[in-house]
Amino acid sequence: MINPTVVDLSRMQFALTALYHFLFVPMTLGMTFILAAMETVYVVTGKQVYKDMTQFWGKLFGINFAIGVATGLTMEFEFGTNWSMYSHFVGDVFGTPLAIEGLMAFFMESTFVGLMFFGWDRLSRPAHLAVTYIVALGSNLSALWILIANGFMQDPAGAKFDPTTMRMQFKSFGALVFSPDAQAKFVHTSIAGYVTGAMFVMGVSSYYLLRKQHREFAARSFRIAALFGLISTLAVVTLGDALGRMDYLVQPTKLAAMEGLWHSAKGPSAPWKVIALPNDAKQRDAFSLGIPYVLTPLVAHGWNTTIPGVYALERDAKAKTINGIKAIIALKAYGATKDPTALAAFRKYEDDMGYGFLAQQFAPGQNLAAITPAEMPAVLDQTARATIPNVFVEFWSFRLMVALGLAFLVVFAFGAYYSLKNELEKHPMVMRASMWAIPLPILACEFGWITAENGRQPWTVYGWLPTFQSASSHDVGYMIFSLVGFVLLYSLFIAAELYLMFKFARLGPGVHAAPAKPAAMPVQSIYGQPGFADKQWQ
Amino acid sequence: MEIYIALKVIWAVLLGVLLSGLGVMVGMDMGVGALLRFVGRNDGERRTALAIIGPHWDGNQVWFILGGGAIFAAFPTLYATSFSTFYVVMILLLFSMILRPVAFEYRSKVDAVRWRGSWDWAFLVSGAVPMIIFGAAFGNVMQGVGFHFSWDGQYYQDESFIWYLLNPFALLCGVMSLALAVYQGGAMLMIRGEGVIAARARRFAMAGGLLAGALFAIGGVWIQFIPGFAFTGAVNPAMPATPLGGPAVVMRAGAWMDNFQHYPVLWLLPVLGLVGMFGGAFAVMLRKPIIGWWLGAVAWICTIFTAGAAMFPFLMPSTTAPAQSLTVWNASGSAYNLGWMLAFALVFVPIILSYTGWAFRVMRGTVHTEIVIADDHSY
Ligand code: HDD
Ligand code: HEM
Ligand code: HEM
Repeated sequence: MINPTVVDLSRMQFALTALYHFLFVPMTLGMTFILAAMETVYVVTGKQVYKDMTQFWGKLFGINFAIGVATGLTMEFEFGTNWSMYSHFVGDVFGTPLAIEGLMAFFMESTFVGLMFFGWDRLSRPAHLAVTYIVALGSNLSALWILIANGFMQDPAGAKFDPTTMRMQFKSFGALVFSPDAQAKFVHTSIAGYVTGAMFVMGVSSYYLLRKQHREFAARSFRIAALFGLISTLAVVTLGDALGRMDYLVQPTKLAAMEGLWHSAKGPSAPWKVIALPNDAKQRDAFSLGIPYVLTPLVAHGWNTTIPGVYALERDAKAKTINGIKAIIALKAYGATKDPTALAAFRKYEDDMGYGFLAQQFAPGQNLAAITPAEMPAVLDQTARATIPNVFVEFWSFRLMVALGLAFLVVFAFGAYYSLKNELEKHPMVMRASMWAIPLPILACEFGWITAENGRQPWTVYGWLPTFQSASSHDVGYMIFSLVGFVLLYSLFIAAELYLMFKFARLGPGVHAAPAKPAAMPVQSIYGQPGFADKQWQ
Repeated sequence: MEIYIALKVIWAVLLGVLLSGLGVMVGMDMGVGALLRFVGRNDGERRTALAIIGPHWDGNQVWFILGGGAIFAAFPTLYATSFSTFYVVMILLLFSMILRPVAFEYRSKVDAVRWRGSWDWAFLVSGAVPMIIFGAAFGNVMQGVGFHFSWDGQYYQDESFIWYLLNPFALLCGVMSLALAVYQGGAMLMIRGEGVIAARARRFAMAGGLLAGALFAIGGVWIQFIPGFAFTGAVNPAMPATPLGGPAVVMRAGAWMDNFQHYPVLWLLPVLGLVGMFGGAFAVMLRKPIIGWWLGAVAWICTIFTAGAAMFPFLMPSTTAPAQSLTVWNASGSAYNLGWMLAFALVFVPIILSYTGWAFRVMRGTVHTEIVIADDHSY
């Protein structure tokens, strides 16, 4: 018997730790490229101010990076510690991108990040620049592989369920890696990181400009960040549109929830809801405000298509559940007896087996074979209802992400414009706005993940494995123990990180923990000279 | 089908290689962390010790991450079952482990005794606890764990966590692993440290090597009396990867010695392991830390492969449902997956080894305390 409390606690823990990890990841993704850009200018022009910039922003990057690494460790192990059935069921496919991520990305990023921080005096300028680029490449490759893994959960391509081993087996590496879902996710997410990094640099630079400190340094940082941010935001919005279309194609339940579609949208005139108050219990809107003729072209990139709504999707789900229940009963019989007729029965309905798993929680004693004909309609109803994610959460997290994205466009556009015209000082509003906007891209990223992951519910592997089925069979006590520990530790971490971030950002470039020193102070190597063979040049 | 068997065996060996990498590289850093408060009596000395592994600890830690990732991909059911049945200790391992990256980056960023002192304790915890748990996990697995599977492949736990937390053989393995880590870390502190740091590290390294050797020998005798696991009949190594409906397995004292009896050449592993530990301690005594470091690596590799050789093909036997024990044959990924992973490993492991070597080369040389103190970019 699966204990629903344990499942809920596992979900809560995963959501908390993943959202927490993703507070730090976007900055890493963005800052590594901004650092590489600044250092490139340094190597090309030889101007000390660009080296100072690289080192100063590098220090803030480091404070953020440490917690990204720490919380990433949690993520890597949580699949095994909390999602044993999931790991067993898809490990053959899903584990592979994770392992490749380690081999290809983490090793590279983590080995070279040490050289990036401590190798200034040990490496020639071009060699150090190459190291910085490798770190940036490594962090983005790690995003690529993890998002390929996540893409598989959203649209399980490249694998097939095997009744002998009772799990999904890997069939096509190409289909897994080149899944359009994964590719679109990768580009959207890593560029969202660039937006985050750019906003951070632009905001902190604004702080100096407003206080008339480190002017040259801040003005240059501001300009690089504003341009980088503007281009990145344009790309994020474009790719976001592509992702939405992906959901339309492969995850109709997610799309219906994102757009708050209770009824199917037929034809071009269907309204796109700008604001609504979806009520999940009653399955209708308490209030909504829409613009006609926008939804269909926006989502489907077409004119005369139908976008299925919640009611229609629930009807489809019932039909699939009837098949799914038969599939699971046959599968269980086959597992026990290896009877070929059971296998044949399973084969007939195998594509809907996930719906059988999903129905299990509503069957008496969680046993599908025990459902009486009288109980069947209720089980079908509950299962169909369960296939729809929480519409309110989905609708609003998506709206907020999009609204924030459009707002960033405005901030970056004004920032870039005035910075290029050298008129920033005349427009303190722009600087104040970018300062206050520092945390907003991170918020947008969190809303994005809630859209992606809440919208995938009730599945961990869309259409194949329900979340309910995926968790480890722990005692509630175990889960409370780990949850309490995570909350305590992670609160400590965020307090320390914010403290240091504010401290070092306020201190500004060229000033260190020790008493202030001139900005151009050469950074001494902490390492003794290894010998005459390693002549330094700089 | 023959290819499938070969792939399973190759991945079992590669798993050993990854775990050895974890022991050598992560063990070294954890050893330094555990020793930090003892080899460094003042702030400058502690910062020196941190600076010695400062540029490398993050890269080294990836052995740990990759170990997890590779088990996930190559032996999915093992990953699912072991991490879940050992939940409480795994979470403790994780909690102590994640203190480390933060401690490195944050410790020296604030100039206050309370702040730095607290992070120094964090280093002690995040160095010692994970190594004890790493070793204890081996000890537990060798004795078998209580679990069974339901029809759909979900594991169920049959024993309480107190047993796997506190059983004597597991603790012996845990302490041994910590001793090896202290040894490896001490050797590194000697290689790149100077003066008092190197002198103190030497004493700890010697003690660590000798203790590890003694515990290894005791464990070797003890294992004869611990019930091992063995198949009773013929086994088809090409069997599909599922723990359900497998061949019968018995528990019998001394079964872990069977492989050594059939293939006496395997005795080389424990013998070389002892040479690594005692020889390493000797080398360190003679102030030859580089030789000592490499002998420590030999010790780690031979310890892990000794355990693997004793258990092969068992990975995680079950005491309550022996026939559902996880083995190299029934817990692996599909042939297709193992093949792709092997291709990636063959390409990337040499690349990783070469740039890791390069990074150590770039950063080589003695770390001087005066310079560390003067530089506030340093850890
Ligand atoms: C700075 C952050 C940011 C901004 C401004 C946007 N997004 Fe986004 N979005 C993300 C950061 C993000 C993310 C954190 O990167 C997500 C979470 C999961 C993912 O793949 O990317 C995401 C997910 C995500 C998804 C769900 C993907 C899925 O189902 O798996 C959609 C449909 C969009 N985005 C669409 C948009 C649109 C149309 C935007 C236009 C303004 C937009 N996003 C702006
Ligand atoms: C770091 C970015 C991510 C964030 C912020 C995130 C967020 C979330 C959230 C909010 C949930 C809870 C959904 C719910 O229960 O309603 C969730 C669930 C889950 N996500 Fe993600 N996710 C992230 C990345 C991933 C990735 C990359 C994977 C897989 C590789 C993944 C796998 C899962 C799993 C297994 C669950 C648990 C089952 C469930 O409740 O859905 N997540 N995640
Ligand atoms: C839920 C699944 C996830 C797992 C298992 C995971 C795992 C990890 C691990 C183990 C680390 C530490 C690596 C090190 O020591 O250098 C890490 C850091 C990192 N992860 Fe995640 N991660 C997850 C989600 C994500 C997502 C969705 C992204 C990107 C879109 C991402 C991007 C990164 C990056 C760039 C780093 C580098 C360090 C930093 O974040 O500051 N991760 N992750």
